[in-house]
Amino acid sequence: MDFPILSAVTFTPLAGAILILLIKSLTGTQVRADGSEDDRVLYAGLLFSIATFVVSLVMFLSFDTQGTGYQLVEEVDWFANIKYKMGVDGMSVLLILLTTLLTPIALIASIGSIKHRLTEYTVAFLVLETFMIGVFCALDLVVFYVFFEAGLIPMFIVIGVWGGINRIYASFKFFLYTLLGSLFMLAAVVYMYLVAGTSDIVVLEQFEFAKSAQIWLWLAFFSSFAVKLPMWPVHTWLPDAHVQAPTAGSVILAAVLLKMGGYGFLRFNLPMFPDASVFFQPFVFTVSVIAIVYASLVAWRQTDMKKLIAYSSVAHMGFVTLGIFSFTEIGVQGAIFQMLSHGLISGALFLIVGVVYDRMHTREISAYGGLVHRMPVYATFFMLFTMANVGLPGTSGFVGEILTMVGAFQANTWAAAGAALGVIFSAVYMLTLYRRTVFGKITNPDLETIEDVNTKELICLIPLAIGTILLGILPNLIFDITRESSLHALAQMAGG
Amino acid sequence: MFDLESILNTMAPELLLAAAGLIGVTVGAFLGDRFNSISFKFGAVVLFAAAALAGNYWEGGRAFDGLVETTSFANFAKVVSFIAGGIALLMAEGFLKRHDTMRYEYPLLIIFASLGMGIILSSTNFMTLYLGVETLSLSSYVLAAFHRDSPRSAEAGLKYFVLGALASGILLYGISLVYGFSGSTSYEVVADADASLGFMFGMVLMITGLAFKVSAAPMHVWTPDVYEGSPSPVVTFFATAPKMASMVVFAIIMFTAFPQAMAVDNWQMIIGIIAALSMLIGSFGALPQTNLKRLLGYSSIANMGYALVAVAAGVQYGAGSLLIFMTAYVIASLGLFGGVLSMRREGGMVENTDELAGLIRRQPGLATALTVLLVSVSGFPLAFGFLGKLAVLEAGWNAGLMPLIIILVLSSVIAMYYYLRIVKIMWFDDQAADFEPVDGWVTTTIYVTALVSVLLLIFVSPFSELAASAAESLIS
Repeated sequence: MDFPILSAVTFTPLAGAILILLIKSLTGTQVRADGSEDDRVLYAGLLFSIATFVVSLVMFLSFDTQGTGYQLVEEVDWFANIKYKMGVDGMSVLLILLTTLLTPIALIASIGSIKHRLTEYTVAFLVLETFMIGVFCALDLVVFYVFFEAGLIPMFIVIGVWGGINRIYASFKFFLYTLLGSLFMLAAVVYMYLVAGTSDIVVLEQFEFAKSAQIWLWLAFFSSFAVKLPMWPVHTWLPDAHVQAPTAGSVILAAVLLKMGGYGFLRFNLPMFPDASVFFQPFVFTVSVIAIVYASLVAWRQTDMKKLIAYSSVAHMGFVTLGIFSFTEIGVQGAIFQMLSHGLISGALFLIVGVVYDRMHTREISAYGGLVHRMPVYATFFMLFTMANVGLPGTSGFVGEILTMVGAFQANTWAAAGAALGVIFSAVYMLTLYRRTVFGKITNPDLETIEDVNTKELICLIPLAIGTILLGILPNLIFDITRESSLHALAQMAGG
Repeated sequence: MFDLESILNTMAPELLLAAAGLIGVTVGAFLGDRFNSISFKFGAVVLFAAAALAGNYWEGGRAFDGLVETTSFANFAKVVSFIAGGIALLMAEGFLKRHDTMRYEYPLLIIFASLGMGIILSSTNFMTLYLGVETLSLSSYVLAAFHRDSPRSAEAGLKYFVLGALASGILLYGISLVYGFSGSTSYEVVADADASLGFMFGMVLMITGLAFKVSAAPMHVWTPDVYEGSPSPVVTFFATAPKMASMVVFAIIMFTAFPQAMAVDNWQMIIGIIAALSMLIGSFGALPQTNLKRLLGYSSIANMGYALVAVAAGVQYGAGSLLIFMTAYVIASLGLFGGVLSMRREGGMVENTDELAGLIRRQPGLATALTVLLVSVSGFPLAFGFLGKLAVLEAGWNAGLMPLIIILVLSSVIAMYYYLRIVKIMWFDDQAADFEPVDGWVTTTIYVTALVSVLLLIFVSPFSELAASAAESLIS
């Protein structure tokens, strides 16, 4: 058997977390002279997450981008007919890379802004990374479910311990909302296991469930992924969670956790329940268009920067579902691209908000204004990501939106027309946000002394900026890798 | 006919327990208080030895003209119950010492209660069953009131006794009706009897009595009060060993004495309703609780509801699932009650959930272990409890119990809320004062059960095969 590279990627962060816990339980927490906690533990965590990134690069290099099917497959018996089975295709490889790239960035962003209980913080992020990678690697439904659910606990703790004033409410809402959806999925998983005799995803993709059963199974999976994505009207946990979470938590939440929903649709709903997917297409389109328009309008009226970006995430995820359920290659390609691009852009936007929040300790838009006079570099980055979020050509946001809309257009003209409205609204709310915070005169005297982005923040923002522009100019870098997975997701649809 | 070999095959652990109990009483009568401290070790060793014997005679056998018969299904439950009883006994020592009630009667009562568990698990006749039930129950009543100077404990013991006696009476009345209409008290003969109205009436009364023993709704009312009032080590015992034994006996009776096509027509719905009520009452009832013991009491009602889903699924689908689920529950409960036992401040035990506030900063190891155990008992992935719930879901699907599955899902979400609330108190809230250090057994148990809960999630394969083969013994 080859070296289990996927397990290595998945469990490197966990190993790091356990090591950190062991060392810390021996040494105890050092407190510096000024009363702050020793933050070397964050650097140790950073080291492990960078190591994970390196391992994931190795994995990427050993992945054949032209190959079909699942690669780097590992298989070990777990119990009964259930196997611990891992494997990746183009889509999951890229999502893993997104995860391993953003976790170190999130940890770097935490240096200095998180001041207490750093050991638990670092451990929570590393454990979370393991579960996120595991979700994208799992090729067995039960294994997938374990990783999918398990990630809730570290995120629950991250929001609840290091979050804002309303953190307890937000963390419970986040947890219970997601759990309710997932438990229906669990019931469906057990049913599929009993009917098909296996929980192997590869086998289940070929298995033809009766149409009446497909409807229920589709709904059970949908209830889980729709909450995770999130889709209107079950999106209400997201603004709360985002606003209360610490910056790094928001980054991971927006950049990676939301993508699990879209990933789930492509991995399960389309290939396993093709008939039901066709049946529910009008429903998904309706909900997606409502999400795009409604969330954009709500975003426009927000006074809190993070909440605005959270609602913009809901709108952008609407494009993802639109693309996926267009059942066209171009639409699915666009949806995957949109997920990756949104991962970079929304992650960057939350970092951007975090930069000024660390200095001013408020996220109210009205507290800012005229930042360009004091923070020119910051204003430049902010501009770049604003434009990317709006979908300006040349940035990755453009490619994703245009492709999903083209896909949707082929399936349903009205849906595409509705989604196009959302693009206009996104320009409205993003530019309003930018104008009110960056342009104009400095009205708040506290802003007179605000400092521009420092090295630490630059290290976080530059990779994301490069990624956004690179993908905007050379989208084929992604499409070449994801083509096989898009076709694979649609393979069962042909007959339906 | 006296056939030593078959008796040993069938009743070896019970013989050991009975002998040890009687020796203990005799030694206690002579040594008096000098026996107190050694008696706990003695009791634990006896219980572990009984578990080993049950494991040794795994295949079981049949003895006393078919009055008792042991299957590996029963032996599975015996091993888990006896080990749980032994661990509960070891954890009790420090607590009782601090309360000046470390008396040798305590381990002896646990031994006799375990003897009762062994008898009911091996019985194939309602008379044997009733003997065992009473041996278990009478020991339990005394244990509940063990702190006889404390009004709470005395109240708990009295409540338990009055209600328990009523339930035993109902059980006995059910047995007499079943006997009257089928002409026998043997499971085998009863199984072939016609399901006349009177027979059904008797069966329902028996189910009622058994539901009381496993604290399933609507016979659950005693549970929160007894959990709250009894001394914590006693509750540790109640929540683990007898729960396992009674639930498995419940299943054995339903599967062997009332089997065949009767199952689906006659009792599946009754058990299903009991299960649904238990899940809902347990999880809603736990929501407003602030006393940890009371909360765990309601949580046990809900968990018994999940277990009854496996019983309702019938022998073919439910037997193996029941063993996995109950074992996961017993492991997690032992650890969680270890948590209750470790909540001690100057001036005595505290039981309010708020006392756990900020535990993660004071005792991070303890808080993490308790979090793992809560995760396990809630059936969330990451710990063994998840596989228990998965097994129950599988049984429910196989038997086509769709409404129960929906209720199970909903009640799991509700249950998650109050488990999470404890996690929240431990992780998010501001620090309360430190707990006093507790004795090694309690701490060890918490850590070991947490570790086992995680390890069994990963290396579950041999265990689940064992449970499946044990279930086979009941089917054939």
